[in-house]
Amino acid sequence: MDKMKLTIDGREVSVRRGAKVLEAAQEADIYIPTLCNHPELEPYGGCRMCLVEIEKMRGFPPACSTPAAEGMVVKTVTPELTKLRQSVLELLLTEHPHPCLTCHRKELCGPFDVCLRSVSVTERCVVCPKNKRCQLKDVARYIGLDEVSLPYTSRGLPIHTEDPCYDRDYDLCILCGRCVRVCDEVVGASALAFVHRGSQALVGTAFGQPLTESGCVFCGACVEACPTGTLMEKDGRWAGLPDRTITTICNYCGVGCQLRLAIKDNRILRVHPDPQGPSNKGLACSKGKFGLDFVHHPDRLTKPLIKRDGKFQEATWEEALSLVVQRLSQYEGDSFAMVTSAKATNEDNYVMQKFARETMGTNNVDHCARLCHAPTVAGLAQTLGSGAMTNSIADLAQAKTILVIGSNTTATHPVIGFQVRRLARKEQANLLVADPREIDLVRDSTLWLRQRSGTDVALLMGMARVILDEGLADMDFVRERCENFEAFQESLQAFDLETVSQTTGIPAQDIARAARLYATQKPSAILYAMGITQHSHGTDNVMASSNLALLTGNIGVPGAGVNPLRGHSNVQGACDMGGLPNVYPGYQSVGNPEARAKFEAGWGCSLPDKPGLTLMEMWDAALDGRLKAVYLVGENPVLSDADASHVEKALKNLEFLVVQDIFLTETARLADVVLPAATFAEKDGTFTNTERRVQRLRIAVLSPGEARPDWLITCQIAQRMGAMGFDFQNPEEIMEEIARLTPSYGGISYPRLESGGLQWPCPTPDHPGTPILHVGRFTRGKGWLAPLRYRPSEELPDKEYPLVLTTARLAHHFHTGTMTRKAKGLAQLRNEELAEVNPQDAERLGIQSGDAIYVASRRGRVTARARVTEDIPFGEVAMSFHFAETATNMLTNPALDPLSKMPEFKVCAVKVGKAT
Amino acid sequence: MAQELEAIFQKHKRERSSLISVLQEVQYKLGYLSPEAIAEIARFLKISESEIYGVATFYAQFRFTRPGEHEIKVCLGTACHVRGGERILEEMERELDIQAGGVTPDYKFSLEKVACFGSCALAPVMVVGKEVHGRMDPNRAKKIIRALR
Repeated sequence: MDKMKLTIDGREVSVRRGAKVLEAAQEADIYIPTLCNHPELEPYGGCRMCLVEIEKMRGFPPACSTPAAEGMVVKTVTPELTKLRQSVLELLLTEHPHPCLTCHRKELCGPFDVCLRSVSVTERCVVCPKNKRCQLKDVARYIGLDEVSLPYTSRGLPIHTEDPCYDRDYDLCILCGRCVRVCDEVVGASALAFVHRGSQALVGTAFGQPLTESGCVFCGACVEACPTGTLMEKDGRWAGLPDRTITTICNYCGVGCQLRLAIKDNRILRVHPDPQGPSNKGLACSKGKFGLDFVHHPDRLTKPLIKRDGKFQEATWEEALSLVVQRLSQYEGDSFAMVTSAKATNEDNYVMQKFARETMGTNNVDHCARLCHAPTVAGLAQTLGSGAMTNSIADLAQAKTILVIGSNTTATHPVIGFQVRRLARKEQANLLVADPREIDLVRDSTLWLRQRSGTDVALLMGMARVILDEGLADMDFVRERCENFEAFQESLQAFDLETVSQTTGIPAQDIARAARLYATQKPSAILYAMGITQHSHGTDNVMASSNLALLTGNIGVPGAGVNPLRGHSNVQGACDMGGLPNVYPGYQSVGNPEARAKFEAGWGCSLPDKPGLTLMEMWDAALDGRLKAVYLVGENPVLSDADASHVEKALKNLEFLVVQDIFLTETARLADVVLPAATFAEKDGTFTNTERRVQRLRIAVLSPGEARPDWLITCQIAQRMGAMGFDFQNPEEIMEEIARLTPSYGGISYPRLESGGLQWPCPTPDHPGTPILHVGRFTRGKGWLAPLRYRPSEELPDKEYPLVLTTARLAHHFHTGTMTRKAKGLAQLRNEELAEVNPQDAERLGIQSGDAIYVASRRGRVTARARVTEDIPFGEVAMSFHFAETATNMLTNPALDPLSKMPEFKVCAVKVGKAT
Repeated sequence: MAQELEAIFQKHKRERSSLISVLQEVQYKLGYLSPEAIAEIARFLKISESEIYGVATFYAQFRFTRPGEHEIKVCLGTACHVRGGERILEEMERELDIQAGGVTPDYKFSLEKVACFGSCALAPVMVVGKEVHGRMDPNRAKKIIRALR
């Protein structure tokens, strides 16, 4: 690392080249007061608090924006500087209540003390929600101001409390601009701006409209950045300082944001995204920042429930466990299935699949990854050898072109979405968005490819054809590192530009331009999610994406890659841990005798060699009676799986169903026994995020009632059934066993995870982890170019069902809403389904925004209110599945992808009309 | 709204630096910058509404309320102030039953105070539309307005 030396306050400081004077001082633990500076933002130089003296430089340059230079001599404390800072601060404080900031008794004063200076209550720091966390106070104390000679003028502005999640009190604002800049530079929403000018200047929105109308994404970055009490979370506003702060990992999507939970009296007061978080760097989204109410929700399950005569009765753990053990013993072998959870930790998942395989003797293990990235695991394993994100999130900063296909990133993985938007806005990268819906990212895209739903193979292969025809392929890479090129080239014959344009509905020149940008402006990264996988040809879509990357050599280098964005906090980990019917932990095939022998030796048992049932196959087996008992943890298939009424029927047909969850979900209601589980905030363990980073969860609060961590419950059941190898004392011991049996986790241990997580493969204790896969060599040896054929979706619109229904996600809700709908703020932002209908369709059907409509397919019918919008193309309808009242998955098509058994969530034929 | 502004948008490049001239032309066409117009400009230039509003409010030349059919500006510059501009403004506020900066409910008249027209020799000055009326007194000002009703 290139370093330079300078002297600050007589001390020699060494800092990286390009750093500013302020950074150099901070690195050496020399305090320079500042109000407007923020590590994630460009230097602003607005508050004038960080003025310093530098030898051979005129005047008093601000430390935040002055580049440090070799041999520089800086003084941060001189009488002149103190005087300057004092007078600037004085001016600042004329518009901020300040009597306490200049009081000599400030250390001694308590909330109910009589003020010796007769300061009015409303002007005291003790009535400010930011008291004791205020950076203005820190600065004022450092600078040491005894009095403000100018009178204090309150602006007398009303406090904005109209919005969900946080309040804005601009009487406390010092116009440092951090909120405005973080919203613009980092989040890219620009919901806040400086409005008016001179003495009238304020932070606000267009026409003073509420934040809900201003494009605010409620990520809370501005609240985090605010140095004063201006922007404050509604929750815990007056709760004061926390007892302690625990660093853990968010439980929502797969980004794996590191959060600092401020805890008081065993409750989460506030959530602060951790600036040290490797994947989020101080950011979060509305769900992580404002959506953790579910942890303390009164509806939490606190005692085991046993269904007697169709009604749930509370039971003791002893009763519940005995009953579960007694019943499950009757179903050993393939009449039992285990559904593990992408919301549970690696340790939980490991124990669950071990229980199914070792104790119950079946490979019938699966979880909801089947419904999100099973095609990724199947497709990328075939073409590259490893079904995970090839690159890291931070890598995106080096990309020159980013192709986002089938991912509404700012809604589903907001923290990654912010980064993509930021790169596009700064014109550091070309952003190609391929999506039938006009998602947020379209606004900042270089090119928007609006393909018809379900035509991704045609689009991607069409692009590959252009790249080959125009000689833009990286043929050296193809020759040296790939195989099967001839067959692939042969299959491209069918994808001439004309045909592809007709199939996808995208103008030919746009497809060609996208192909050229992707192939020439390298490195190019592909980001994709459910829009690629949730099709009956999902695996083909995935392989078409990897074809594009292989053909252009965009694999194994920083800023490139094929990057499936994983949906749940630990869906990557649940797959890694063998929560799948065909593999043991670390994707070691159950059909492979060596792998089986290894696990048989490791667990001291004999294991079945036949792969088990996949999730959708389980429901079929339950209906025809082959499957009799299911142990389901932390999932809600009654709402989340395609053709939901079929799933419900299947579950009802079981002889015994145990559900382990934090709430009595729609699925749990069907169970015979319900076991209360601990949330992510109540347990130790690890999550593996979308970039394969294994990160530590830590106990922040105690579980309510008798809820227990998942691993412990499963271990207790297994032990009662007489199984060996479940006597773990804590998750750390489980991780030790995982590391022993899973080569890619071989070097992972809790002590190593203390410093920010490790990306697998990490085979040995001294291995630093692997940020980029397939460097120099593919996991499978050579990259496989897949010959593909375009297959239309299984169910296309016809006379009776003339529209295409595509499922989507909202930014403020997650999955079946079990957790997010319990959050006050998020529920205020949106609490019902709004089916998106194109204006042309709406006119034909006589529908207006807000009308109650029905949406019906061959499998079911739901009602919702309509939102008429151009966001959705003509002939299509979009709905989420977050709201139980509108169970969208009653409609979706269970047609399966032949390879991965993924149902076709993204395309089915429906009819729509006014509900009567 | 989108169609109304399309002609203006077509003349400009779709980049941030076009903002001020787009705002000026939109205001020239509509008489003011409405929330709907700002939303359309935001869509066209890919700049958020808040940011556009922030930029527009920085300049005195932009207005955000719909002007009346007759825009009345009463000068309160030094010369007009000395010669009783204040009294003319008060009379107008009484006559139209609106405050300075406001517009009558029928959008017939809007009233503004301005700082100087450069017609100090004619002080006190009132401008109605594009017509400058010099040496005003409250009574004459009232008559001018009544003639327009």
